[in-house]
Amino acid sequence: MQYIIEAEGLKKTFDDFVAVDSISFQVRNGECFGILGPNGAGKTSTVRMIYGFSPLTGGKLKVFGLDITKGFRTIKSRVGVCQQENNLDPDLSVLQNLEVYARYFDISHKKAHRKAKELLKFMALEHREKDKVNELSGGMMRRLVFARALINDPDLLILDEPTTGLDPQSRHQVWERMEELRSMGLSILLTTHYMDEASRLCDRLIIMDHGRILVLDKPNELIREHIGNNIIEVDEPTNELRTYLQSERLAYEDMGHRLIIYSEESSNLFQYISDTYCNEGCILRMATLEDVFLKLTGRDLRE
Amino acid sequence: MMKKISARISRRYIRVWQRNLTVYRKTWKISFLPPLLEPLFYILAFGVGLGALVGKVAYHNSEIPYVRFIAPALIAVNIMYNAFFENTFASFVRMYYQKTFDAILATPLTLEEIITGEIVWGATKSVIASFVMIVVISFFGFITYPHGLLIIPLALLGGIAFGSIGMFFTGIVPRIDIFNLPIFLFITPMFLFSGTFFPIENLPFWAQKLAFVLPLTHLVKLTRSFSFGVMDFDLLWNVGYLLLFSLVFFPLAIFVMHRRLIK
Ligand SMILES: Nc1ncnc2c1ncn2[C@@H]1O[C@H](COP(=O)(O)OP(=O)(O)OP(=O)(O)O)[C@@H](O)[C@H]1O
Ligand SMILES: [Mg+2]
Repeated sequence: MQYIIEAEGLKKTFDDFVAVDSISFQVRNGECFGILGPNGAGKTSTVRMIYGFSPLTGGKLKVFGLDITKGFRTIKSRVGVCQQENNLDPDLSVLQNLEVYARYFDISHKKAHRKAKELLKFMALEHREKDKVNELSGGMMRRLVFARALINDPDLLILDEPTTGLDPQSRHQVWERMEELRSMGLSILLTTHYMDEASRLCDRLIIMDHGRILVLDKPNELIREHIGNNIIEVDEPTNELRTYLQSERLAYEDMGHRLIIYSEESSNLFQYISDTYCNEGCILRMATLEDVFLKLTGRDLRE
Repeated sequence: MMKKISARISRRYIRVWQRNLTVYRKTWKISFLPPLLEPLFYILAFGVGLGALVGKVAYHNSEIPYVRFIAPALIAVNIMYNAFFENTFASFVRMYYQKTFDAILATPLTLEEIITGEIVWGATKSVIASFVMIVVISFFGFITYPHGLLIIPLALLGGIAFGSIGMFFTGIVPRIDIFNLPIFLFITPMFLFSGTFFPIENLPFWAQKLAFVLPLTHLVKLTRSFSFGVMDFDLLWNVGYLLLFSLVFFPLAIFVMHRRLIK
């Protein structure tokens, strides 16, 4: 089987509001596939259809080659989900959260206990196994939700913003775990607001906005295609600089107190601009996925 | 609708029931206290206190002490309370505040199984409570054996009936404090007017008719008959009513929960 997820014309509406607007994409077996997009873009709505939480409004969806409407039970038993909300069970201890969750997958108690211990260790939570979940820090809860998603040894791991609220240490730990899992051949579907996370982990990704897919490609390809290699940032730009850029037909973005100049050939240009027009800060840096994201989805606030 | 619902309920609902049992076992000692103490309090208050004023009550061609009259009704009331409160307040907290159902929906379970597990759990609490109460009341010699043992399976049926309507309210209330409305309009009148504390025959005729719509009337009739060992075929009507009540409100509960949670 080549594709683990096949979405065709996938659509989700809430009353009149179109949250996911007939999108199509495929996730390959063994890859880490990212879904990026501003708040309200439709990431969670998309992902929820894939793990059988929300019924489709329209379109076709296959997971593991099975139609979601018919094979939902099989699909759900082979998918591990880290939902966006930390919906741990506050009536249960840390260890019990995993053991009780395992029961929903019909995993025997003995096996569940062993697996739970193993996962707590994997996520560096073994010292808190007897605690109530409400006594954990936000970051620990998030890691426990991540651990819980692995309890059934899934063939597809769906992570909806797994690292939101984590400190840099924990975030790096989670990244390493994800890389380990991926190297073992696990397919991962990841939504995130962290562009460094997506660049580092995703083989391919889509950027969504208003329920539509804007682009789909490898992170590096997206950067190369939409931005180029480097970016020049100029603080407190003068009008002379603007005039110069316009006359040279150079692509730039104007934010009033800052200019962002996209350019293929940048080192000579940077030298020239910083010598001629720079009175405040002026830097040359590598283009990132964040530049692509902001260029494609704009800088306005959402919702 | 029934067919569609039953197709989505497998024995996996037991996993939700087990989850609630796991939580219950942490506090079972405290949970045992109310059904243990409540009949004692009531028997003391009504037997020693009010019973002296009321004297005897006519029941099945004989005169019985007032306290014997109400003891079986207390079991019925507890069957109602345990299931209803479990599937309103407690289920609502799990659904709304703890998002427990959302988490379970990412596993192979269906919403129908979650709701079934919750309702069966509520009924289980009714069974536990009725069991404890039967033991306590037996010490006063108010339970006729073996007939009285029928109250245990009856508690399961009654629990499912009251749990289903409780879950139905959970599916439609916007906020947790709105439960006061069905409690005030439905539970409290039942507590008072279902033949619990005085015979229904004492009510005006129209109110008697009204009382027969209330499920607790039928449950009280059954617990009292079983406690006294008074068995007749008419009781099948009462069982039938509770069954019918469950068969209406169980699918309705699933329907409104579906509308509420599956987006
Ligand atoms: N149950 C619902 N009822 C009505 N509208 C909804 C519902 N769920 C989501 N929406 C709307 O659908 C749109 C997409 O929401 P979604 O949660 O998929 O966004 P998202 O990309 O995950 O955003 P975020 O980054 O904030 O998590 C939003 O405008 C949201 O308000
Ligand atoms: Mg989201």
